[in-house]
Amino acid sequence: MLLLLLTCIPALAAPTQASAQSITDRRIEWPSGEQWRRVVLLEDYNTRVVIFGVAVLGVAAGLVGSFTLLRKRALLGDALSHASLPGIAAAFMFAGVMGMDGKSLPILLFGATVSGLLGVGLVLVIQRQTRLKEDAGLGIALSVFFGAGMALLGVVQQMDTGHAAGLESFIYGKTASMNANDARLIAAASCVAILGCLLLFKEFKLLCFDENFAGSRGMPVLLLDLTLMALVVLVTIVGLQAVGLILMVALMVIPAAAGRFWSERMWTVAGLAALLGGIGGIIGAASSALFPRLPSGAMIVLTCTALFLFSMMFGTARGVLVRLLRRRRLNRRVRKQHLLRGLYELLESKPANKQAKRNMAVPIEELLSIRSWSSTQLRRTIAQAESDQYLVQRDGTVRLTQAGYAEAARLTRQHRLWELYLISYAEVAPGRVDRDADDIEHVLEPELVDELEALLDQEPLRIPVPASPHGVIHEASDSQGQHP
Amino acid sequence: MNWNWQLDGWIVAAGMLCAVASALLGNFLVLRRLSMLGDAVSHAILPGLAVAFFISNSRSSLPMFLGAVIVGILTALFTEWIRGVGKVDEGASMGVVFTSLFALGLVMIVQAADRVDLDAGCVLYGAIEATPLDRISILGLDVPRAAAVLFGVMIVNLLFVVIFFKELKLSSFDPSLATSMGFSATVMHYALMVLVAVTAVASFESVGNILVVAMFIVPPATANLLTDRLGRMIVLSSIIAAVGAASGHVAAVVVPTWFGFRSTTTAGMMAVMVGVFFIIALLFAPRQGLIIRWIRNRALSLQILCDDIVAYLYRQQERSESTDTVPAANERELADELFAKRWQLRMALLTLWRRNELTLDENGYQLTDNGRQHARELVRSHRLWEQYLVSEASLDATRIHDKAERLEHFTDRQLRDQLCDATESPSRDPHGSEIPSEQE
Repeated sequence: MLLLLLTCIPALAAPTQASAQSITDRRIEWPSGEQWRRVVLLEDYNTRVVIFGVAVLGVAAGLVGSFTLLRKRALLGDALSHASLPGIAAAFMFAGVMGMDGKSLPILLFGATVSGLLGVGLVLVIQRQTRLKEDAGLGIALSVFFGAGMALLGVVQQMDTGHAAGLESFIYGKTASMNANDARLIAAASCVAILGCLLLFKEFKLLCFDENFAGSRGMPVLLLDLTLMALVVLVTIVGLQAVGLILMVALMVIPAAAGRFWSERMWTVAGLAALLGGIGGIIGAASSALFPRLPSGAMIVLTCTALFLFSMMFGTARGVLVRLLRRRRLNRRVRKQHLLRGLYELLESKPANKQAKRNMAVPIEELLSIRSWSSTQLRRTIAQAESDQYLVQRDGTVRLTQAGYAEAARLTRQHRLWELYLISYAEVAPGRVDRDADDIEHVLEPELVDELEALLDQEPLRIPVPASPHGVIHEASDSQGQHP
Repeated sequence: MNWNWQLDGWIVAAGMLCAVASALLGNFLVLRRLSMLGDAVSHAILPGLAVAFFISNSRSSLPMFLGAVIVGILTALFTEWIRGVGKVDEGASMGVVFTSLFALGLVMIVQAADRVDLDAGCVLYGAIEATPLDRISILGLDVPRAAAVLFGVMIVNLLFVVIFFKELKLSSFDPSLATSMGFSATVMHYALMVLVAVTAVASFESVGNILVVAMFIVPPATANLLTDRLGRMIVLSSIIAAVGAASGHVAAVVVPTWFGFRSTTTAGMMAVMVGVFFIIALLFAPRQGLIIRWIRNRALSLQILCDDIVAYLYRQQERSESTDTVPAANERELADELFAKRWQLRMALLTLWRRNELTLDENGYQLTDNGRQHARELVRSHRLWEQYLVSEASLDATRIHDKAERLEHFTDRQLRDQLCDATESPSRDPHGSEIPSEQE
């Protein structure tokens, strides 16, 4: 998108004069060294205020957002932000009638809070008392309250008290023009929210993961739920007037979702969400200061999104690449085990004594006929097994080493014990048992193998590897598919 | 009221068309737990508008429309991708996608601020009041452009719902079964998403995206509380949407005058009116309404208390026959024995008196003949249940009282006869008390 932007803008610009830059020239200018230094060292007062305010808000929103995410209420902030509008308009009207300053921030915030809480209450009633789901409740509260707000604003325009201009922009926010009082208010609310989350961390965690268990342990589940909602209201309403509706939703959702990719532990997820929220806020606000024509709220959102995408790809717990690597490692292990077991079964079928079998070389072509391996894949698997010193490759043949033979025997034994178990206890037909055993043998634990032995009354030393309950198939057309 | 059919009529028409078009698709969004997707699509179309402007270098309708629709579809695709590949909760992935796209749109628009006069207020609030001013001629008729576009969208949505009703129904309730029956639930899902995007985009310029979100969700949710059948739900939601839109404009014109103002925002009042309909259904729906359920519970509670009173008096009378005391009870005694609040007790006593089952004399409350018969039936039910629970369900005699106490209130003559047959007509219950006969 940015490349497209850069390409289009010069064509759109009016022709420039030879010596002067046209007023319509909107190209993104790379900041000078002086500009870099001023931003990085926070020399400008306004930059300092904005970055501080947004960073603190990001931390609080990330922390609270991690709980709402786990509670599957990620969009609660969105509904709340919209639901606050009638409260703002009503507060203005009330203040006007009472002769007070309608634009007074505490009055507007109070109205927004009451309205937001009513919206949350409606969501809870809908969820608990009807068969409608939570997403419907959120949507209803969001749209109906916002519609009421629009209607009230239409009335506000006609009031004699005047100076209603700018009331609408309350929910659009003014990140770049945040002042010190705004930053202090945000800091105070954020501290309350952070403190509340830390003090009630254990209770919130239990509420998120197992609500019924929390109830059975005597915790006041409904009260905790309302407290968590109240913290969401606090952060959202205070942040709303400073940074706007969309940025508030983004801060509540994106850092928490990003943190989730890095850990399965609640402390770490919450901490990372707070950290990512803070970092996203700082980088976004700073980049907006560096590039004068980029809106700060939007830049913060895009920075958080970039952090989210990075986390989604590279997160150490649930990232896409990490899961991909785990799957590939598992597939490689499975293929190697198949190779060893195939070799063992092939040697087993040879008419020779045991010691001679152990050292017998097997042509690779013969291996290919056992399973539906591709030649390239088989050679690669052989190379892996060779590096593990399970086998030696020479002149188109492979031979098991002593360690390889032992491992192959262990794998085959494990496979057949499981087959016997499936036949004896799960009543799987012998003709189907090979595939079913193949699905699970790779993850059998030694303790489980011991249990299988005891269960099947097999003496370990008497029959080291039980005979296969079905014949080993050699023709390629009848071979089993590889592990799915 | 200052009503001009040429202006107000078209405003109502546009609102109704938008509302019905949205409600038709909204049923399936609500059933699939995708209610917020309409909101997400509405917010996310901003970059589509900006890109369409850059490419076409004009603000004509069609490129902007296509750009917005494409981004609306991308919103659904990205949401699904993040949810599937990233294993993120649906709401969270929706939040990530639409806030990011909205922010991206903001950046692009700011970069070209002097060439695009898209206004955030217009996106949110719309300008339905201005609908009648932009007219085109169709078949000789002079109609507003917005009304014509919305009519087309409504027809398309209606055809989609009617033609694919079976597929939509099945894929909403059981996607796996739908896929195994030969049509892909995923295809139906994305077809629905395309139409959601088209509807949102077609509506937003005239009515604003908040009304679209309201109409996507509130009429279907209201209909869901009123009926259990999908076909009826769709029809009901369309009716609710249309009536909500019409009454919304009327309310926008009328209600502010009660407080000394002129009219207010029509789109806002339309959302409020469907909200009012929803609240009414929430409270008074025939089976799920909160107030209806409360009333039903209170009636049941009263009936049970009445039963307990007459049964108590009957047992007192039984005891008095063996001890030669006068059987009677006063209000305080009844309240203590039956753990009832005084006001509840008084209401129950009044009900029994009105039914001619209870009388009050100098010694206290007494049963009339009607009351005695009612009480006999109750006590007989209670003791038959106790006998049945001991002899047939093998429960210990010390643990049967509470169960019988609950079951006696819902036992009629036929069930008592069955219990009597099953336990071979016992004359005494496990505690040794006599089981009264059905008739004296």
